[in-house]
Amino acid sequence: MSREKLAVSAAMGMLVLFLTLAMSKPQPAHAEGPRVIDITAKRFAFAPSSVSLKKGETVTLRIHSEDVTHGFFSRQLKIDETVEAGKTAEVTLTPQTAGTFTTICDHFCGAGHGNMSMTFVVE
Amino acid sequence: MKEHDRRSFLKIAGASIGIGALYKVLPVAAMSGSAGEMLGELGRKNGEKMTPFTFVQMSDTHVGFNGPPNPLGTKAFEAAVATVNSLPQAPDLVLFTGDLTHDSENKDEHAGRMKLFRDISKNIKAGKIVYVPGEHDAGLDGGALFRDNFGETHYSFDHRGVHFVALDNVSRAKPEVGKEQLAWLEKDLARFPKTAPIVVFTHRPLFDLKPEWEWFTSDGDDVMNILHRYDNVTVLYGHIHRDDEHEEGNIHHFGAKSLIFGFPDPQKSAMKKPMPFDKDHPFQNLGIRSLDVTGAGVQPHEVELTMREFSGMNGIHQLLKEQSI
Repeated sequence: MSREKLAVSAAMGMLVLFLTLAMSKPQPAHAEGPRVIDITAKRFAFAPSSVSLKKGETVTLRIHSEDVTHGFFSRQLKIDETVEAGKTAEVTLTPQTAGTFTTICDHFCGAGHGNMSMTFVVE
Repeated sequence: MKEHDRRSFLKIAGASIGIGALYKVLPVAAMSGSAGEMLGELGRKNGEKMTPFTFVQMSDTHVGFNGPPNPLGTKAFEAAVATVNSLPQAPDLVLFTGDLTHDSENKDEHAGRMKLFRDISKNIKAGKIVYVPGEHDAGLDGGALFRDNFGETHYSFDHRGVHFVALDNVSRAKPEVGKEQLAWLEKDLARFPKTAPIVVFTHRPLFDLKPEWEWFTSDGDDVMNILHRYDNVTVLYGHIHRDDEHEEGNIHHFGAKSLIFGFPDPQKSAMKKPMPFDKDHPFQNLGIRSLDVTGAGVQPHEVELTMREFSGMNGIHQLLKEQSI
């Protein structure tokens, strides 16, 4: 193999390696957008049960229901979303006040519905 | 207090156990002249003269619930029925403000619980029994089982000069009344003058009592905007399993204890967790209290008086405001 061909092969190899690494690296769902936080709703709990946020930081909550329809409601954070069975809903928010805020399921989902909640801790 | 008077008082108090709330409306014969004139004027304005009557609110029987907060099942409910039946005079009305049953994924099981509720409640001696659903009755099936048993989930009727409105804020699964029902409410009330006495009964509170515990109705403000047009509005609700009083403008809200387990004071507790069962006081925090009869007389224990008993001018003030004339 000539030096030129060797150089081209090496360059191609580097390119393939670069592309492979680039594609395998986790990408934010909203490239260059707000931080995305995945939340799972399943009777009768949200996971994670607590999420930390920074005051003034815009985030996107991506809430996925693993079973039935759930609600996602917080009067203080002005969230009022319905997450249909097996689907995902997105909520974008920018908390302006520090504190601990409770979000509840407000779509009746069964006997344990009354205690299905999670908290956002804004610092 | 003379012994006779004391016995009479205790008899009344004893007769009051086991009920969410008892309301005595307008004992006209005992009224002062100004109150009588007020009622006469109201009668002319409303088209139906108000006459004295008593009604009872019962709430959150949760028939079918079985768990540590109350291992006695329907015992408190049955005791409450016996208590109503022991009143000196049967109430004209009994209002059930929701969560008649505890929900079940199994439709047949839920239907069985509703049948048991009906079997117990049919023993109540009252002129009329009316119901609204709670989320445990109607949240999973949109109110189908409730309608099969009791008819519509929202409706209204007049009784002795008082307009009663049953509002449904549960069967859409979310804590809301919805636009259709709001339009119905506005139309239903349109025929009344602003002085008409109105009693709304529903399951969830219509105001933000504790949204983090789902103690609210998301479009409650829209309901209130309609009700605020009237001078004499009382809202009776359940859901919170405890007494609560709240006044907002012309509207007086009363939450009722349950007949299954109590919830703590949301101002003092971080957790929405049922009050623990106490085998020595099995009806503690419920619409009941125990009374020991001893040689010294009748001694009440755990006086968690769930009753609001109104008579005389108190009864009038509950439903009417004099300045509304």
